[in-house]
Amino acid sequence: MAEKNVVSTGSTGEARPANGFDYAPAPESRSIVDIKASYGLFVNGEFVDGGGKAFKTINPATEEVLAEVAEADAADVDAAVKAARRAYDRVWSKLSGRERAKYLYRIARIIQERSRELAVLESIDNGKPIKESRDVDVPIVAAHFFYYAGWADKLEYSGYGGGNPQPLGVAGQVIPWNFPLLMLAWKIAPALACGNTVVLKPAETTPLTALLFAEICQQADLPAGVVNIITGAGETGRALVSHPDVDKVAFTGSTEVGKAIARAVAGTNKKLTLELGGKAANIVFDDAPIDQAVEGIVDGIFFNQGHVCCAGSRLLVQESIAEELLGRLKRRMSTLRVGDPLDKNTDIGAINSAEQLERIRELSAVGDAEGAERWSPPCELPQHGFWFPPTIFTGVSQAHRIAREEIFGPVLSVLTFRTPAEAVEKANNTPYGLSAGVWTDKGSRILKIANELRAGVVWANTFNKFDPTSPFGGYKESGHGREGGRHGLEGYLR
Amino acid sequence: MTRIDVRKTYKLYIGGAFPRSESGHSYPVHDSLGAFVANASLASRKDARDAVSAARKAFPGWSGRTAYNRAQILYRVAEVMEDRRPQFLEAVRQFEGLSAARAEKTVDEAIDRLVWYAGWADKITQVVGNANPVAGPFFNLSTPEPTGVVAVLAPQASSLLGLVHVVAPAVVTGNTAVVVSSFERPLPAVTFAEVLATSDVPGGVVNILTGSATTIGPWLASHMDVNGIDLTGVAGDSELATALEVAAADNLKRVRRAPAAEPDWTLDPGTAAMTAFLETKTVWHPIGV
Repeated sequence: MAEKNVVSTGSTGEARPANGFDYAPAPESRSIVDIKASYGLFVNGEFVDGGGKAFKTINPATEEVLAEVAEADAADVDAAVKAARRAYDRVWSKLSGRERAKYLYRIARIIQERSRELAVLESIDNGKPIKESRDVDVPIVAAHFFYYAGWADKLEYSGYGGGNPQPLGVAGQVIPWNFPLLMLAWKIAPALACGNTVVLKPAETTPLTALLFAEICQQADLPAGVVNIITGAGETGRALVSHPDVDKVAFTGSTEVGKAIARAVAGTNKKLTLELGGKAANIVFDDAPIDQAVEGIVDGIFFNQGHVCCAGSRLLVQESIAEELLGRLKRRMSTLRVGDPLDKNTDIGAINSAEQLERIRELSAVGDAEGAERWSPPCELPQHGFWFPPTIFTGVSQAHRIAREEIFGPVLSVLTFRTPAEAVEKANNTPYGLSAGVWTDKGSRILKIANELRAGVVWANTFNKFDPTSPFGGYKESGHGREGGRHGLEGYLR
Repeated sequence: MTRIDVRKTYKLYIGGAFPRSESGHSYPVHDSLGAFVANASLASRKDARDAVSAARKAFPGWSGRTAYNRAQILYRVAEVMEDRRPQFLEAVRQFEGLSAARAEKTVDEAIDRLVWYAGWADKITQVVGNANPVAGPFFNLSTPEPTGVVAVLAPQASSLLGLVHVVAPAVVTGNTAVVVSSFERPLPAVTFAEVLATSDVPGGVVNILTGSATTIGPWLASHMDVNGIDLTGVAGDSELATALEVAAADNLKRVRRAPAAEPDWTLDPGTAAMTAFLETKTVWHPIGV
């Protein structure tokens, strides 16, 4: 596409420059957050030193060191589990659901009160655009606590536990770096509502909002030991999930680690919830509302830099409209603004880590080598930090690695189909089964395709929508168990 | 002069047919007092793989049937079992060493349990699914769907009632199953297969292998086209159960863990045996004009 040309946008027809308007910088102030030089572990209601080797967390947009964070060694993990057990035995399991609920409501309210601070800190530590942390992540976090707070004194109506549901005990929870605070909420809110106590390990590249959440627990006067936050990397996580006094393991992350955890808990009585990888198909039929579909495709793969397990990373477009759709998609991609996560106009922020950037580059290079055609809009990337432009690959076949492996970045693989049966066949041709999208104006077709897709979440004429009341989780190697909604209680009750 | 009776050959049940084991192996089956009764087919790894293929092939058709239709078919299985009641009575008496009264209770319970499970086919969706009131203009519905192909290691002691308790909940929701029978008491499972074959159950929906869960279990647990595994049949063998659960992690099968000992099969089983092999699908659609 000629860069200087004026093109019309699909929906409004207004003329504007091909590369979007020039925007003045509109950075969100970071003065609201107070990042300490170093952080300890949050165990039994207090911040304590860790026995491991402290590590640094950096701002992925600038590579600036933000703080030193303690690493929990095996003894620290044991101390945290013991604290959670004590809190379970002595306090939390003896509280009525009605009282537990009030703590969760308190937490939800404090999250709302401190939402700007949480959003800014999340964007700084994670690299995601402030408009997403501010308008998506943090509001859903508060809503999640609010939703599960209300369940705490209604569990006997949930349908689980044969009318007399009981908590499991201590939950060991390990979460990823793509939605640090949101994943924390998905784990902690249902666990506490059901009467369990928790030890949670945030990802090593994004520990700061979890540690701020620990302060929120203190402000809420949550009894000591009910929530424990331990920081560290894989070794810390392994120690937590294989600790013999943990009754429940919940993990969100890669399928590879999920399988290792499934093996580690084999033969125990630990209840297991796994929310793992995906390679979702986003299917666009020739009768789809095309501008909405383009928005959905963009939202599906470029939301959160594509660091989304349910990202619509495989576009399946009906052959008859492929050319038109790709033209419009490219035009839309040309208006995406990549850069400072704290700028309120930014659409695509920083890749979370050097390691992840390397993986995205490597798989994209494989896409080139296997013969797919790469395209990115002209796009100036910042000098420092970790960045990858929004990218699509066309001419992709099902055998290509970029059509099979989770890239976990802003990279879309485009395939075509002719018939609905072919679309379903291709969509289901993956070991994953987390999510899928379908775009068509025909209601009966939506229902048929939705029935045939082997995926836990199907977005029809929309994509990447999340809500505390809506169960989320996968089929096949995308994991098992559901988080969110009434179904999200099952993993924390017996 | 007494008539020479015609003895029955006990075979496997795969894809709606009754083949012998491709391996040519069989093993002697004895009654509860130790007297020889018959030779049963000893299922091999290849038989297990054939059974998985048959189950996979049957899955789209079976899961795609209406719940009402699956209910009628399972109810039909109960009808045919009732018809063959004397044969099952004799079988459980012979292999489980039960008194006549206990045998009657066991067979009655097995048939009644099948009727109970048949009725679940068109109710489980309403009980475990629900609409979700999301905070936005969206239709949002969560419904259960079958997991796929489920390997079932049937109980060792309760050769008929226990078998019904693990097979019916797996298939009533639309899964297809590869079942390994009790090793020492396999013949009631073969008779059950004959009931299935004459009850409108499509071939491949239930496949029954006679043989050893110890040898067949690991092949099914590590089979990449099996989506779930019920370990009830290795109850009490925690070492084997753990090994099977580890193998099942290769493709993240849904695992129904083995109990410490075989449960009392006369108790209400609840819905857990069904929900162990159900997925939840949530569909969103915007609401607008």
